[in-house]
Amino acid sequence: MKVTLHVWRQAGPADRGRFARYDVADVSPDMSFLEVLDVLNQQLIARREEPIAFDHDCREGICGSCGMVINGRPHGPERATTVCQLHMRTFPDGAELWIEPWRARAFPVIKDLVVDRAAFDRLIQAGGFITARTGSAPEANSIPVPKRDADLAMDAAACIGCGACVAACPNASAMLFVAAKASHLGLLPQGQPERSSRVVNMVAQMDAEGFGACTNHGECMAACPKEISIDFIARLNRDYLKAVIRRPW
Amino acid sequence: MTQLVVAPAPSPVTPRLTRSLIGKKLLMAVTGVILFLFVVLHLLGNLKVFEGPAPFNAYAEGLRTVGAPFFARGQLLWIARIVLLGSVLLHIWAAVAVTQASWRARPVGYRRLEPVETTFAARTMRWGGVIIFAYVVYHLLDLTFGRANPSFVPGDVYHNLVASFARWPVAAAYMAAMVVLGLHIYHGLWSAFQTLGVNRPPTAGWRRGGAALIALLITAGYVSIPAAVLVGMVR
Ligand code: HEM
Ligand code: FES
Repeated sequence: MKVTLHVWRQAGPADRGRFARYDVADVSPDMSFLEVLDVLNQQLIARREEPIAFDHDCREGICGSCGMVINGRPHGPERATTVCQLHMRTFPDGAELWIEPWRARAFPVIKDLVVDRAAFDRLIQAGGFITARTGSAPEANSIPVPKRDADLAMDAAACIGCGACVAACPNASAMLFVAAKASHLGLLPQGQPERSSRVVNMVAQMDAEGFGACTNHGECMAACPKEISIDFIARLNRDYLKAVIRRPW
Repeated sequence: MTQLVVAPAPSPVTPRLTRSLIGKKLLMAVTGVILFLFVVLHLLGNLKVFEGPAPFNAYAEGLRTVGAPFFARGQLLWIARIVLLGSVLLHIWAAVAVTQASWRARPVGYRRLEPVETTFAARTMRWGGVIIFAYVVYHLLDLTFGRANPSFVPGDVYHNLVASFARWPVAAAYMAAMVVLGLHIYHGLWSAFQTLGVNRPPTAGWRRGGAALIALLITAGYVSIPAAVLVGMVR
């Protein structure tokens, strides 16, 4: 099959950036989208042009490195799929695709489709961990965890931190990411002592990073490759409300 | 690349509720619920218009005498007005602050962002709010202060209402505003559930449907009044 790509090219953070058009022939429907970019980059290198910079690592949908907006949808049109797992058979022959980086003030473009997601790392540093040293994995039944809580915590922990939630949000809010991280710890016994301060600190950091405010569109959940539910956002809000009642200042 | 810098210790000048974005959303949710309760009670009162002039005017008078003998005439009404005005101001202040933060959060926009999950109601909250505010201002000038009413008679609320809605463009504008209000309430109610963290079973399953049903009933109820004046049922 043949595809036409309009790819966002931006030489660096200071460059204004623009779309460049590339026609790619001989695309196999079994290729992943990133493989098409690989093929295109080989052609660009052969023509002595600058290859397209994009993030990727595992290519099996688990590391959270990859991510770009395809025709207005983060990670492309397929539900619950990272762009590295997106196959070209999803698109019709001759498809015209517009490829953009995540767009958010908190995710500045480094080059082309690569954005700096260090804001997520700082959010984790603000509270997305348990301060006590826990050593190696304990005996599984030494701390009883209700099945329902364990399942919910596991659902939240499925977050791979790719940033598609921010990219999809009309407000460029990081609520789903923070909600997932705060919930997967807040649901487990080990996370209880810091449950309140974790939420307060992560929320303060979220504002400081310049993410927008959630208005409950639900676009994050639709874009999330791990289908993390906005129920976790309600849970984050509830924990924050409790924390504010306890410590208004 | 990763900088190990987290937010500075929060300054204890302003309460978290007004400082953080989630705090502002909590304020919006609480004031929104207050305004929603007003809208429900106001509708229940207004529907007395179908009982005729005497009961409707008696209801309007009742608003002023309710609470006696503990409150003097109009006292409770004024307390309610102050709570409503405070809620409107806080609601708008928080809405503006939250909107500005969101606009700042994406300085370079997409060529196009495809909506998947969101609704028309969710995407029109900001403009809807502006329209409802303009409507409330006109509405007060029309039926409370009488400045925009063709033949205002203080105390004869029934007459004022009929005189106003007998003008079809005014009646049409009222009905359109009530549709906008219904959309605002639909997303607003669902949003308030999310913001206040009300999502445990059994609430979780019916939050969206319940919000839609309530909004529909409210819009239908309010629209019925100018419609009844237009077709001559209420005159
Ligand atoms: C078609 C629908 C509506 C009708 C027929 C209607 C009718 C009235 C009437 C007759 C009054 C004067 C009551 C009095 O002076 O005793 C009034 C006052 C008022 N209405 Fe409405 N109304 C409608 C919708 C709304 C809506 C949707 C809102 C708010 C979102 C609203 C907000 C107010 C406010 C704030 C007042 C002033 C109350 C006061 O001064 O104490 N109205 N309305
Ligand atoms: S490259 Fe690891 S998730 Fe796509």
